[in-house]
Amino acid sequence: MKRAPGRGRLSTIVGIVLLALMLFPVYWMVNASLQPTGNTLRGDWLPFHPDFSGYATALRDQGRNLVTSLVVALGSVALSLGLAAPAAYALAQFRIRGTNLVLLGILITQMVPGIVVANALYSAYSDLGLLNSYVGLILADSTAGVPFAVIILRSFMQGIPREIIEAARVDGAGRLRVFCSVVLPVSRNALITAAVFTFLFAWSDFLFALTLTTTETVRPISLGIYQYIGAHTDQWNAIMATTVMASVPAAVLLVVAQRHISAGATGGAIK
Amino acid sequence: MRSGPRPATDPRSWERLAQWMFLGPAAAYLLLFFGYPIVKNVVMSFQQYTPTTFYTGAAPFVGRQNYAEILASDLFAKSLLTTLLFTAGSICGQFVLGLGFALFFQRRFPLGGVLRSLLLLPWLLPLVVSGATWRWMLDPDTGVVNAVLRALHLSSSGIPWLTGTSQALVSVILINIWIGIPFNTAILYGGLQEIPTHLYEAAKLDGAGPVTSFRHVTWPLLRPVVSVVLVLGVVYTLKVLDVILVVTGGGPANATETLATRSYELSFQQFEFGRGAAMSNVLVVISLAFALVYLRANRRARNAEEAIP
Repeated sequence: MKRAPGRGRLSTIVGIVLLALMLFPVYWMVNASLQPTGNTLRGDWLPFHPDFSGYATALRDQGRNLVTSLVVALGSVALSLGLAAPAAYALAQFRIRGTNLVLLGILITQMVPGIVVANALYSAYSDLGLLNSYVGLILADSTAGVPFAVIILRSFMQGIPREIIEAARVDGAGRLRVFCSVVLPVSRNALITAAVFTFLFAWSDFLFALTLTTTETVRPISLGIYQYIGAHTDQWNAIMATTVMASVPAAVLLVVAQRHISAGATGGAIK
Repeated sequence: MRSGPRPATDPRSWERLAQWMFLGPAAAYLLLFFGYPIVKNVVMSFQQYTPTTFYTGAAPFVGRQNYAEILASDLFAKSLLTTLLFTAGSICGQFVLGLGFALFFQRRFPLGGVLRSLLLLPWLLPLVVSGATWRWMLDPDTGVVNAVLRALHLSSSGIPWLTGTSQALVSVILINIWIGIPFNTAILYGGLQEIPTHLYEAAKLDGAGPVTSFRHVTWPLLRPVVSVVLVLGVVYTLKVLDVILVVTGGGPANATETLATRSYELSFQQFEFGRGAAMSNVLVVISLAFALVYLRANRRARNAEEAIP
C-alpha cells in the first residue's frame, strides 16, 4: 500500500514545527549566551553580531568547575560500571539465591529520594572527611548510575547464549577469565549505553553537589551555575554561556551515541 | 551428587563464594548508599539532630517530636498540597503530550527518526541548565515569553510567571512537563512499536476509524507500558527538587514549596537534620504507598481481564 507523497512531507513539516517549539529554549539559551554584556535587557532574536564576552567571563569564573564535573563524571562511570558489570553478569547468568532480593533492592532504590541519601551522607561524610572531596561526590553520584547500569547490563547479559560461556568453561577458563574475555567484549554495546547514561547522571547531578560540598575547592558545574544565578543576575550572557558549556556533553552524546541513548531511554524503564 | 554440608573445600561452596565475588561489591555499595541512608533517616527523625550535634556528637532521642512539629506546621499541609498538584499536573501534561508525540512519530515520514532523537535533548540536559534557561525566559520584565505575549497583544503588562504566588506553581509544572515529554515519548514510542501491524490492518478491514482502532487496539496493548511510564513518572516527580530550587527556590511566599524542598531547607539551611529527615520520610512513605497501591490495582485489573475469555 503506497501513501500519497504529499502526506509524508506534511508530517515532516508538522514535525519540524513541533520540534522547533520544543527546542526553542535550547536555541534561546545559545542565543542569549552570544549577546553582549549589558544588552541582555533587550536581547535580539538572532545573534547577528555574536559576542563572545559571555564565554570569556564564564570560562574565567567556571572553567575550573567544568573540569571538576568532568573528573567526577568519569570517576562515576568507572565506579558504576566496575560495580554493575560483574553484578549484572551474576544476576543474569548464575542461579544464586538472593537474586530476587537484589533485584527488589534495585527497584526500591528508584523510590528513594536523593534528599534522603544526602541527609544521611552529610553526617557520615563529615565524620569520614569526605565532604568537599572528589571521592565523596563520585560515590554519591553513582547512586543514580549503579542501579541503572545493573538493569541495562543484566537485561542484555540474559541474552548471551549459555553455550558461549560453557564452551569457554570447558576449555578451562575460570569464571573471571570468562567474564573478562567473553562476557565483557560481547556486551560492548550495553556497556557503552550504561556508560553514556552514568556519565550524564553524574554530570547533571545538583543535589549532592549542593549538599556535600561547602567550599569552592571541589565544585561541580551544576552548583557553579546555581550560585552564578544567585550572585550575578545582571550577567545573563555569562550565565547562559556557562549553561551552554554544561550542555555540551548531552548534545555531543546525543549526536555521537544516538543509538545508545535511544536504547537506554527505553531499556532502563521497561524491566 | 554429593549432599550435606561440607567445609570450604567443597567445590559447590567454593563455587558459591566465587559467584558472590561478582555480586558482592555492588550489593555492598547498594547497602551502604541506599540501605544505610534509609535506616539512618529513620533513626535521625526520632533524634534532636542540630548543628551542635556535629560538635558534641549528642543527638538525644525525642520520640515523635520531630514528626509532631512538622505535621503541625501550616507549611506542611500547604507543601503536601503543592507536591500533589505539582506531581499530578506534571504527569498529566507529560503523559498526554508524550503520547501525542509518540503517536505522531509512529507515522513514517522523511526525517522522522532524526526529529525523534533530537526531541530527547531536553531530557538529557542537566536540570540546572533547563531551570536557569526557563528562569531567564520567564523573567517578567526581560523574559522572551512576556515579550512575545506583549507583541501579540495578549497581555499588556506581562504575566508574573515566577513572582506571582498563583502563577509560579503553574510555571514550574509547565517547565517540568517540558523536561518530561521526551522520556514519555521515548518509552511510549517503544511500546507502540511492539504492537503488531496486522492488528491495525484487521481493525481497518473491520471498518474501524483511527479513534476506534486507538481505543480497541492501541490502548489495551499499550496498557503495560503506560503503567510503567506512570509509576516511574510519579515516583520520580515526587522527589523533584533541582527544578524548583533553581527556578523559584520554593517561593514566592512558599508557593512552590514541596515536601522535597522543605526537607532540603530543614536539613541544609536550618540544620535541623532531625526534622528534615522526618519530612523526607513522609515523602518516602507517600512514594512507596503510591507504588504499592498502583501496582496492586494494576495486577488486579490485569487478572480480571485475563479471567474474561
